[in-house]
Amino acid sequence: MPETISVTINGAAQHVAAGTTVAAAMLIAGQPTRVSVSGERRAPLCGMGICFECRAVVNGIAHRRTCQIQCEHGMTVETNP
Amino acid sequence: MRASGSFDILVIGAGIVGSAIAREGAQLGWRVGVVEAGTPAGGATAAGMGHLVVMDDSPAQLALTAYSRSLWRSDAANLPTAVEYESCGTIWVAADDEEMAEVDSRQRLYAQTGVTASVLNPEELARLEPNLRPGLAGGMLVPGDGVVYPPAAAGFYLAEARRMGAELFLSRAVAASHGEVRLSDGSRLSAERIVLAVGAECDLLPALPVQKRKGHLVITDRYPGFVRHQLVELGYLKSAHKITDDSVAFNIQPRQTGQLLLGSSRQYDNDDRAIDTEMLARMIQRAEEYIPGLRGLSVLRTWTGFRAATADKLPLIGPAYGLSDDSTLWLAVGFEGLGITNAPGAARLLVDCMQGRESAISIDPYLPARLMEPARLAHA
Repeated sequence: MPETISVTINGAAQHVAAGTTVAAAMLIAGQPTRVSVSGERRAPLCGMGICFECRAVVNGIAHRRTCQIQCEHGMTVETNP
Repeated sequence: MRASGSFDILVIGAGIVGSAIAREGAQLGWRVGVVEAGTPAGGATAAGMGHLVVMDDSPAQLALTAYSRSLWRSDAANLPTAVEYESCGTIWVAADDEEMAEVDSRQRLYAQTGVTASVLNPEELARLEPNLRPGLAGGMLVPGDGVVYPPAAAGFYLAEARRMGAELFLSRAVAASHGEVRLSDGSRLSAERIVLAVGAECDLLPALPVQKRKGHLVITDRYPGFVRHQLVELGYLKSAHKITDDSVAFNIQPRQTGQLLLGSSRQYDNDDRAIDTEMLARMIQRAEEYIPGLRGLSVLRTWTGFRAATADKLPLIGPAYGLSDDSTLWLAVGFEGLGITNAPGAARLLVDCMQGRESAISIDPYLPARLMEPARLAHA
């Protein structure tokens, strides 16, 4: 049984398996990673740090590429405005 | 009916200045031709920040920037949304008491010209712009200043001119004199008047006393609300005034997208388009001295551009008399860092002068003939 990690995504608690990327956690939570300049909701595309569609606010820092970051206990994640 | 290829004015250069002149002429019902060798608005117009700013380096600079800014403001309702006009205001930031001491006299000077400005104490400055570092001495807010996206603004002027009948020739002018312009494809156009609005790219009139002044800009990812006004250090005038040394100054602009445009640098005798990493590092360091939080932001792109600088820091607007004996030749060049701000004002002055009509402000300080005074010919 893998360890479970609890993070907060757009204000709601989300439990994920250890080793889950923040991008995957946001997909599980059904939350967009960012909103485009014309107001479209966006989600990860490439999953390998190239496309920049997975940018979100992680622990208060905007435009983090969430596919390159693993979830940690107590992490807060928000959709990048 | 005039013959085809014959114009009242031919404007060489479809940057923002040339496009503004084309629109002014077309509005009067003139037959206008515009000749552009590259991409319209693809030179200094595309490289600049698009800060519409009143500056007071000299009384003539203050008069022109204030006049031209008033034209921008009265035109604001007509500008398409793509022009991204925003009246965000400028805050001139004073780092120390010495810089703050200048603010009161500048505010009075602006008031005499009809430009509203207010003095900010350190607390007011921090409240308006919380990401500025603590301990700054204060500043001056000029609420009527604004920003635009320059290529879109120039594109709008040109589209307006063409809607009113102006013709665009996407070709290089290889010769322009005595009412005739020869294009690289061999065709010839004729006009009562030829206007050179070519920025720093002019081989048509080698005597043109305009030098390239290289600048760098940086654009970040979107951080809405990170800064709310265009912020410029008060030391900017000191740094921009130097005409020999390379310099940097803190200058940051919020875009409608939430992106931040960060400048500025000035270099003479450098026409290499490549990024000068040492200069870029100095420029970013300077900005971080004012906004330490910049360190955590992502940069999307950096680029360079060339301002068209004159020795006395004023543009050349009017007949080329003094630089050429060709009475058909007119100039609208040498706007340095103020081409976007001054484009509508310069266009109005030039067209007024062509009509022999008095302008809202005197054109005299900008006439190319001023350069005939020998003392002023010796430029750096």
